[in-house]
Amino acid sequence: MAISLKEVREIAVIARLRLTDEEVTSFTDDLNSILAHADTIRELDLADVPPAEHPLDVVNATRADEVRPGLSREAALANAPQAAEGAFVIPRIVGGGDES
Amino acid sequence: MIDISALTAAEIRGGIAERRFSAREVAEAALDRIDALEGRVRAFTQVTPELALEAAARIDKAAAEGASLPPLAGVPVAFKDNLNLIGTRTTCSSKMLENYESMFDSTAASRLIEAGGLPVGKCNMDEFAFGSSTENSAFGPTHNPWDLERVPGGSSGGSAAAVAAGMATIALGSDTGGSIRQPAALTGTVGLKPTYGRVSRYGAVAFASSLDQVGPFARTVGECALALNAISGKDPRDATSVARPAEDFTAVLAEGVAGLRVGLVTNLLETEGCQEAVRESVRAAAETFAVLGADVGEVELPNALHGVAAIHVIGPAEASSNLARFDGVRYGHRAQGAEDMMDLYLRSRAEGFGSETMRRIMLGTYVLSAEQYDEYYVQALKVRTLIKRDFTAAFERFDVLLTPTSSTVAFKMGERADDPLAMYLSDIYTIPVNLAGNCAVSVPSGFDDELSLPIGLQIVGGHFAEATVLRAAAAFEAAAGLDLVPPLAR
Repeated sequence: MAISLKEVREIAVIARLRLTDEEVTSFTDDLNSILAHADTIRELDLADVPPAEHPLDVVNATRADEVRPGLSREAALANAPQAAEGAFVIPRIVGGGDES
Repeated sequence: MIDISALTAAEIRGGIAERRFSAREVAEAALDRIDALEGRVRAFTQVTPELALEAAARIDKAAAEGASLPPLAGVPVAFKDNLNLIGTRTTCSSKMLENYESMFDSTAASRLIEAGGLPVGKCNMDEFAFGSSTENSAFGPTHNPWDLERVPGGSSGGSAAAVAAGMATIALGSDTGGSIRQPAALTGTVGLKPTYGRVSRYGAVAFASSLDQVGPFARTVGECALALNAISGKDPRDATSVARPAEDFTAVLAEGVAGLRVGLVTNLLETEGCQEAVRESVRAAAETFAVLGADVGEVELPNALHGVAAIHVIGPAEASSNLARFDGVRYGHRAQGAEDMMDLYLRSRAEGFGSETMRRIMLGTYVLSAEQYDEYYVQALKVRTLIKRDFTAAFERFDVLLTPTSSTVAFKMGERADDPLAMYLSDIYTIPVNLAGNCAVSVPSGFDDELSLPIGLQIVGGHFAEATVLRAAAAFEAAAGLDLVPPLAR
């Protein structure tokens, strides 16, 4: 087994996913099965092969740094689950304690 | 009453130009057809009559004024639901984006509409394009018009089914590992994955940014070429789109394949799990090319079979990064009553994403972790180099390569649903093309005798060789002369 239940729980926190116990178990099985397949390439000796990050041979794409219109504030907030006073509303992240 | 399923894009434009019918009548015919068939096929996440009729009114005004009509004037078009289009929701078939209203237009969708297309709707897909059957949609599966008990392939299965059933003349999909070509094969349609960089990805919700490419479905090669004319080209909003001299992809379609060097990829044909009917169809296609005067030979892509393992490391790695943006704050699903930010993230994402999406995010997060990065991710990128080298060597000897598109014809719903690895192996022939950034088309090559289901031939070209690939596909299509109307649409 490449990956344990404990590791799956840790990855879920890094990936910001709250998993149920059943999901932890089933994802552990699934990930092991997929990683076992990926082991076929881990076993290849590729020490002298450079990695390819991109399909084409690309050069830097640059453009002039000019001010252009962007998304309006109204449009940017239009899909927010909760917005007020032109801002996204989130749970309190500073203060708290007596104030909350 | 117009039967739009019997008309090609060029015939629709011609009919409007000659005032034999109006764009409005075409839009109404398409919407009527959707009304009649959609209950059984379920190709759409939304149907957009207002947008279609509004676009038709613009075309009819131009026709009345005697103005020259754009190349796709009055052609019913549909878009995979990961392409943003103002006036529609862009859901990616996910509960996460169920109510997401597009705030801007994807370049590919807006270019197809500027070319005269009438947008009839947004098409169902595997959630965030993770899948090969369109069963992983939060809004229910799409059915294959050839057999409603079977999948249309995926992830762009809604786009494929809409075209196969004649509910749209052209549909756009996206292809990260086969998500245009495999559903094209399973629905008897033509599907093109352009070269990476040929079509702008701006406004297409990202899955794996180094692999994703937007491309068309149509019932004929010529209509795919027209669609590619419309959507391709440099876009300042996508830094990875490539500036190329303008090409008319329809110009060379009738030139035939005499002298074209065609390579049958023998090691892919021999793989275990490839249905015999599929093998026979691809071998017969190679013979057809020889009869048409092509110079047909054999070639191997020795590392191509490592593509599945490589892409299921690279794809999830990139996806886990791209999907980090769904935080329950700026857009998308938000869990109620969160105690703090961490609780908000953890629950919003777990509630909003389906299980395949979570599986890919988990896998991607794992292979990018410090301990596993070199073992899996860098190793997969090295395999990508090997596969690129295989194609480079093959294209020194051949202009195009032939493989099956999919190892099987359309499979039954539920058949592979519980086995993620079996589903991943659906794309064994298409994946290497994405890893190398090449272009490829799937064109119908025959039928499975027993089940009467369509089989797809994949024709692969090198970087920016779409004109050659489409020319080969057009010659083959004409020689094959298949009747590709599914029973449902007859």
